[in-house]
Amino acid sequence: MTTKTIKASAAGTSFLPAVFAVVLGLGIITLTGHVQASALHDAAHDVRHATGFPCH
Amino acid sequence: MMPLMMCATLPASPATKAMYSRILTSGLFAGAAAGLITALLQLYFVQPVLLHAELYESGELVHFGADPVTAHPDLPGMFAEPVRDGLSIIFTMLTYTGYGLVLAALMSVAERQGHEINARTGLMWGLAGFVAFHFAPGLSLAPEVPGVAAADVGVRQIWWTITVAAAGVAMGLIAFGGNLVSYLVAALLLMAPHIIGAPEPETFSGPVPTEIGALFAARAFGIGMAAWVLLGSFAGYFWQAEGKRTDAAA
Repeated sequence: MTTKTIKASAAGTSFLPAVFAVVLGLGIITLTGHVQASALHDAAHDVRHATGFPCH
Repeated sequence: MMPLMMCATLPASPATKAMYSRILTSGLFAGAAAGLITALLQLYFVQPVLLHAELYESGELVHFGADPVTAHPDLPGMFAEPVRDGLSIIFTMLTYTGYGLVLAALMSVAERQGHEINARTGLMWGLAGFVAFHFAPGLSLAPEVPGVAAADVGVRQIWWTITVAAAGVAMGLIAFGGNLVSYLVAALLLMAPHIIGAPEPETFSGPVPTEIGALFAARAFGIGMAAWVLLGSFAGYFWQAEGKRTDAAA
């Protein structure tokens, strides 16, 4: 019983790090690639063009 | 029973903590390393083409004007604009760190399903990432030089995001589906955004010579592929190395 519970908990929680990393990663990509705030846009301008993000 | 239940609901079991650390570390290392190399490749191979295009965007050079225009104007060299190029390096490293985190997270899931992750298999992950994040959206929204005519940026961003998501799922189906139906669905997901069509400008108004635009798109794709293959391989390498390190520490 004890073993079962612990195994279930490990399986249940171990997708959380992956989900967290995906959300964090996509958040960073949105910030560097898509947000149109002018300071961000100007700083990331050349990178957005070179990396194929829609820029202007 | 109560303490056990609490144990089951706490997110930070040692195994989970190790998994957080392994994903974040390998994603971060791979992304920063691949991003730095990519930034330098972009500054050398892509940036001069962009600066050349900007001479036409600003009107300093005029295509089909009264006089023929030299194809080889004097362009500022690498790091001639340190702030601008420095920001480009930082933002390229950030962007590829974002990609690296996504890649490492998906690698963690794949490894749980019994797939081997290392620097060699990472090459394939990188290629798949390039197709999903760069090539698939770029097939209809080609990497563009400044000054070209394009549809509203918000609409293009929506199309870009949907296309990337569809191509990402397609890459997963091709890699792990293992049957004809999944391959067919993948093909449909890859083609559908382009059949529906990307947002296009009403009229063409770009002042930049087509030679420069074509060279820019080709260079952006080429460097993008190199970047992603490096990222995938680095992520696979750090994923395996971090696994060995935490196993040894445990």
